[in-house]
Amino acid sequence: MKILVAVKRVIDYNVQIRVKEDGSGVVTDNVKMSTNPPDDNAIEEAVKIKEAGKAKEIVAITIGEEKAQETVRKALAVGADRGIHVKVDNVIEPLAVSKILKKIVEKENPDLVFMGKQAIDDDCNQTGQMLAALLNWPQATFASKIEVKDNALEVTREIDEGLETIEVNVPAIVTCDLRLNEPRYASLPNIMKAKKKPIEQINASDLGVDINPRIEQIKVEEPPKRKAGIKVASVEELVQKLKNEAKVI
Amino acid sequence: MSVLLIAEHNNKEVRPFTYNAITAASQINEDLHVLVLGHQADDVAKSLSEVPSVKKVIHVDNEIYENYIAENYTSAIIKHAENYSHIVSSANTFGKNLMPRIAALLDTSQVSDIIKVISEDTFLRPIYAGNAFATVKSNDKKKCVTIRPTSFDPADKSGGSAEITKSDPAEASSSTKFLKKEEVKSDRPELGTARIVISGGRGMQNGENFKLISDIADKLNAAIGASRAAVDAGYITNDHQVGQTGKVVVPDLYIAVGISGAIQHLAGMKESKVIVAINKDGEAPIFSVADYGLEADLFEALPQFLSELNKLNTIQK
Repeated sequence: MKILVAVKRVIDYNVQIRVKEDGSGVVTDNVKMSTNPPDDNAIEEAVKIKEAGKAKEIVAITIGEEKAQETVRKALAVGADRGIHVKVDNVIEPLAVSKILKKIVEKENPDLVFMGKQAIDDDCNQTGQMLAALLNWPQATFASKIEVKDNALEVTREIDEGLETIEVNVPAIVTCDLRLNEPRYASLPNIMKAKKKPIEQINASDLGVDINPRIEQIKVEEPPKRKAGIKVASVEELVQKLKNEAKVI
Repeated sequence: MSVLLIAEHNNKEVRPFTYNAITAASQINEDLHVLVLGHQADDVAKSLSEVPSVKKVIHVDNEIYENYIAENYTSAIIKHAENYSHIVSSANTFGKNLMPRIAALLDTSQVSDIIKVISEDTFLRPIYAGNAFATVKSNDKKKCVTIRPTSFDPADKSGGSAEITKSDPAEASSSTKFLKKEEVKSDRPELGTARIVISGGRGMQNGENFKLISDIADKLNAAIGASRAAVDAGYITNDHQVGQTGKVVVPDLYIAVGISGAIQHLAGMKESKVIVAINKDGEAPIFSVADYGLEADLFEALPQFLSELNKLNTIQK
C-alpha cells in the first residue's frame, strides 16, 4: 500500500495569539511555527503501518508558502519516504486545499490519505471530508484506532457519545485524532538523512484548479476579555462566594 | 430561499443540540425546514414538527439511515439541496463529520462553527482556539454552515404543527460499513448541556483520584470534564475532554481542578458564566480566567469542598 499524508504548517500550539491592530488577521511575523499537532499523529500512524510491513511507501505533502517545506522535511525525518510541496502564496480555504489534494491523488494513486482532523489555526475541520467527497472515497474521521485489513480499514472514531467503529474499503481518507498514537521525535541521524530525501516542488497555479477565496474575512478581533477574578483564601470562603455572591449552587 | 437543517437524533429522540442549531438556523432565515434521515424515526419527525420555529419537516425513512454514515446522509441531502440557500447543522462530531462532504459536492466553501449570525451571508466564528474572532462573509451562492451549539439557546420545543412530508432515500454507499457504537452510559447530565461542570487535569495524578471529582459531581448534579492532559494520561475517557479538539462547554459554573489552563483547554471552557480554579501553582494560567481562584493542594481542598457542600441546607439542581 501507498499512503499519502497531508501536513500543514501552523502557529505553534504554545504561542499566545495576538490579533493585529488593523483587524486584518493575527500576528505571524517572528512567531514560532510548527506542524499542526494531529498531522504529526497522521505521519506517525503511516510510519507504524509501514513498519508493520503493511505499506510500501509514504509520501508527505504540504501546501503553502516556501517555508511550509519545513513540515515535509520533519515528516521525512520521522519516516516518510519522499515529499511534495505545492506552492501557494496566500492562505487558501479547505475547499481549495482539497481540490489541490485531489489532483495530487490522481497523479500519485495512493491507497490511503491520512491527515489531522483539524488545523489549530482556522479550526475548520473540513479538508479530509471534502477530499473524500471530491474523490468519492469513504471517510473515517476523528480516528483513535486504525486496524489494517485486506483492502479495508477498521477505524474507531471519537464521537460525542463515546466511540464508533466503522469499516471502510480502500482507497479511503482517514482524519486522525490526537489519541491515535504518540508521535515520535526525529533522531539526529534521521534528520540528517531526511535532508537527502527528495521533495518535489509544484506550483498550485500549474494544477488548473480554482483556488480563489469564496469567503471574505471582514475583520479579526480579540474576543471579549473576562473581568479579573479574585483569589479566595479558603474552601469555606469559596463555597460561600458560590452560594451567596455568584448564586450558582 | 429557505434554510435546511439536518437533524441529529438516535431514531427515537432528537439529540439536544439540534434545538440550539434550530435557533441559529431560524436567525438566518425564518423559512426553516428540517430534514430527518433515519430508520423508524417517526417520533423524531413528530417532535421536530412541534417546534414552533420549524416550518416543514422532511422525513426519509430507510434502514440505510439507521446508523449515521456520512456517505449515505450526504447523497440524501444533496438530493434536496437545490431548494435551499443554506444547509445547516450543529458543529459537534455529527455536523463536523458530515457538512464538509456536502459542501464539497456543492462546490461551496463551508463556514464552520459559527457563534453569531450577523446576516444571511455574514457570521462570527472563533479561530485559533477562540483567541481571535473572525467576521466572515460567504460569497458562495449556496451556503453550508455549522453552528456552535452552546452559543445559541435551544429553541422552544412545543406549540408548533409543521407539515411532515415523506421523501425517498438516495443511494447507499457500499464502501463504508457501520460495525458498532460504544456509548458511555451515565446517570449524570451530558457534558455539553450540564449546568455545572467539574473537570480534572493532570494534577489528579491518576484515574482513581477522579473519585474525588465524581463525589462532588454527584452532590452538585454536575457533569465531569477533563483536560487533554488527563485524557492522554489515561485517567479518564476522551468523551470527557473539554478543549479546542474536545468539547466546548458553557455551563453556569465550571470548576477546574488541577488544570494548568493550556490555551487549548481554555478554548473549551472560557465562555462559562462562573469559573472556579483550584490549583496549587499560583502562577497557573487557569487563574487568569477564573472568577474565583483557590491556591491549594487539591487532595486537601476537594474533601473540604465536599464537606462544605454537605453543610449547605439547599443546593440548586
